[in-house]
Amino acid sequence: MTLLTVKDLTKIFGGLIAVNDVSFDVAKDSVVGLIGPNGAGKTTVFNCITGNYRPEQGVIEFKGADITGMAPNRIVKMGVARTFQSIRLFPRMSALENVLAGRHCRLKSGFLACMLHTPAQRREEKAAIERCMDELEFVGLSHLYADMGGALAYGQQRLLEIARALASDPELLILDEPAGGMNDQETAGLVELISRIRERGVTILLIEHDMRLVMKVCQKLIALEHGALIAQGDAETVRNNPDVITAYLGVDDEKW
Amino acid sequence: MEQFFQQLFNGLAVGGIYALVALGYTMVYGVLKLINFAHGDLFTIGSYLGLTMLVSWNLSGLLPPFLGMLVVFVMVSLFVALIGWALERAAYRPLRNASRLSAVVSALGASIFFENAIMLVYGARVYVYPDFLRPDFVLNIFGVAIPAMRIIVITVTVALMFGLWGFIQRTKMGAAIRAVALDQGAARLMGINVDRVISLVFLIGPALGGAAGLLIGVYYGQIDFTMGWNYGLKAFTAAILGGIGNIPGAMLGGFLLGVTEAFAAAYIAVAWKDAVAFLALILILIIRPTGILGERTADKL
Amino acid sequence: MKRRVFSIVLAGVICVLPLFCNPYWTDVCVSVGLFALLSLSLNVMLGQAGIFNMGHAAFFAVGAYAAAILNTVCQWPIFLTMIPAGIAAGVFALAVARPIIHLRGDYLLVVTIGIVEIVRIALINDVFGLTGGANGIFNISRPSLFGVKIYKGWQFYYLVWGVTAVSMLLFYGLWRSRFGRALNCIKEDDIAAEGCGINVVGYKLAAFSLGAFWAGMAGAIYASKMVTIAPESFNFSESVLLFAAVILSGGSQLGVLCSVFLFFGLPEVLREFSDARMLIFGLAMMAMMIWRPQGLLPPLPRRYRVAAAAGDGKK
Repeated sequence: MTLLTVKDLTKIFGGLIAVNDVSFDVAKDSVVGLIGPNGAGKTTVFNCITGNYRPEQGVIEFKGADITGMAPNRIVKMGVARTFQSIRLFPRMSALENVLAGRHCRLKSGFLACMLHTPAQRREEKAAIERCMDELEFVGLSHLYADMGGALAYGQQRLLEIARALASDPELLILDEPAGGMNDQETAGLVELISRIRERGVTILLIEHDMRLVMKVCQKLIALEHGALIAQGDAETVRNNPDVITAYLGVDDEKW
Repeated sequence: MEQFFQQLFNGLAVGGIYALVALGYTMVYGVLKLINFAHGDLFTIGSYLGLTMLVSWNLSGLLPPFLGMLVVFVMVSLFVALIGWALERAAYRPLRNASRLSAVVSALGASIFFENAIMLVYGARVYVYPDFLRPDFVLNIFGVAIPAMRIIVITVTVALMFGLWGFIQRTKMGAAIRAVALDQGAARLMGINVDRVISLVFLIGPALGGAAGLLIGVYYGQIDFTMGWNYGLKAFTAAILGGIGNIPGAMLGGFLLGVTEAFAAAYIAVAWKDAVAFLALILILIIRPTGILGERTADKL
Repeated sequence: MKRRVFSIVLAGVICVLPLFCNPYWTDVCVSVGLFALLSLSLNVMLGQAGIFNMGHAAFFAVGAYAAAILNTVCQWPIFLTMIPAGIAAGVFALAVARPIIHLRGDYLLVVTIGIVEIVRIALINDVFGLTGGANGIFNISRPSLFGVKIYKGWQFYYLVWGVTAVSMLLFYGLWRSRFGRALNCIKEDDIAAEGCGINVVGYKLAAFSLGAFWAGMAGAIYASKMVTIAPESFNFSESVLLFAAVILSGGSQLGVLCSVFLFFGLPEVLREFSDARMLIFGLAMMAMMIWRPQGLLPPLPRRYRVAAAAGDGKK
């Protein structure tokens, strides 16, 4: 079953075509990788899906509903959560509060309930804290729940961002370079974490430069170059596609 | 028709003064991405310093009138430039790497500081520029009587703008300013001394602002210590109108705002004159925040 | 802990202060209380959500004028006008904020300055023929509570500080809920907040209208205290003072109270320096941003009770 469909997506920045007529599908319960050299337009595709950019052309459908140009927060509520390439935590809020922020859109207490701390509000808050502690546990950060987001180590910050995204009950999780800045050991942990996320029934779409990680976790790959799609299909085929190899050669060949 | 041309020239004269102040906002914004809220008060300092030199030091009496004015003009610009330079060193440079809003708050603090410093030094009353400075003859242009003062102000402001434009476009230092405005990091890598460029901008902008302060004193004849906010906001509106960070934009915006205001005062109501300018500001920010000449840039996520 | 002791002492002092004050000083304390209420309402948007509003006096003015008009034209008792005054200010804030709320901090600041100036000019020009032009509105009646007419200084003192205390409690509840967290997230990083599913525009508008609502209620109290209101009481420098007080406070309610005493109480005590107070505040704003950008008393991190299983990692 198709969870996400991107059709004829085009995004232009002041005359520069960042993404040119890209189409692909993401099937439910799969892990899909978006690859390509720097500046290929991968993050721009992500930002169009998450509603941060409004594409000039094309349609994005999630679970059959058109989400093109919808506000980012509404897209999260529909079940698409994301992490950022340049980590965007709330640095002066605790790890737990960062995850609670991700839980926010699933909480229902209204303005007056919040002001007066009604019993229903307290119950909801308590349940939310438990759920968010579970998410911290899931990524292995529960012992740091009271630490400020900005005080965590780099790899931990990436994990915290994933926990924050998971707290919003996503069906599709979009990870922008999750292994960026991680050491080998942390990357190995991330591979294992991604498979555990998938076991929860969350579909994953990720951008990653570390090809070893990509080949370990992704079933399907989509390759972009200069904003255009050059190959898509199962991981092994795309990896051996001559166009993809040419696109990467001389740019980043040591990563292969 | 007579009134139309009268108001047009009045608007152009005031607009030229706005444009001079707007240049200071726009240049600082260009290199630091900071709204220098204290700039309006530097303008006020210019008009007070000018008054002191003209009246207390009697510079206009000691020298022949034209030469005296010229000396005062240069000295005011120099003094205000030095204050601007010191302001950057004390209040903005320590915050270069802090969040942008910290610098904005610091700028507000500087503005409050300057305004009250002027009040403490000069007292909280309105000052009047000596009358004899204003040439009272009237030029007859195509049958329309235009006071010479307006023509002089327009000429001086346009001359200063052309001077600045030449400096920015033709000299090596001007190129360095343009480079820093485009990309500070890259400019530094190309061997440009960014700190020196920023200091230079904080000399030029306030110098023009101080000169504008002197002109407004001569033109309207009346100054008070709170006027920096009002003219500052108008000039800032002009800078936004033309596209902040854009030098020709500030000039265009200044003239446009001055003329709009003059016409609004003449044809709508004088009492709403200031409201028109602020309404214009709000509308531009809603409809086209990049201004007339500004270019749209994508937010980097 | 130290803060808790300090708040209790402060609350105690505020409770008994009028017993030791002559009418003049009681009056000063009433104004300080009004400014505290106003600063707390500005803190909702500026301190908690990071919305740079420098035109708070505009909402204060709308509330005061709404109360004054309802009282003098429609003969409503002033207490009944408090909520409508708040609503008037809140709706006005919502209407003006809707198109500008997405603007960046520094732009928003300039636009709100424009709004406060436009409001003042509109009041002077007697819009709708209701505001009385430059002279303002006279003969606003004093409030009466349960048949007791409030007109003495100490009565106003307890009225103003009572409202302030209730407001602080309500706001405190808000800060310790998802609402307050959402505002803090927006202050920290609005793009990340949006990416987490927080309706950034909705919450900013909510904070804006809530703060304006409270400022409007403060305006009603002010109108009944002064009996006369005029456009010049709501000028731009009032907004600047409030803005500076909230920025320097750091954003906690206790911090706001402290900076209100510093900004509005201290100059009365040190009369001979009152001319120089703005000079000093200007310097303090610069110095604070350089050496203590988080402000006088930033809010303490919220603490959460978490299940014992995870508690072992607590430091």
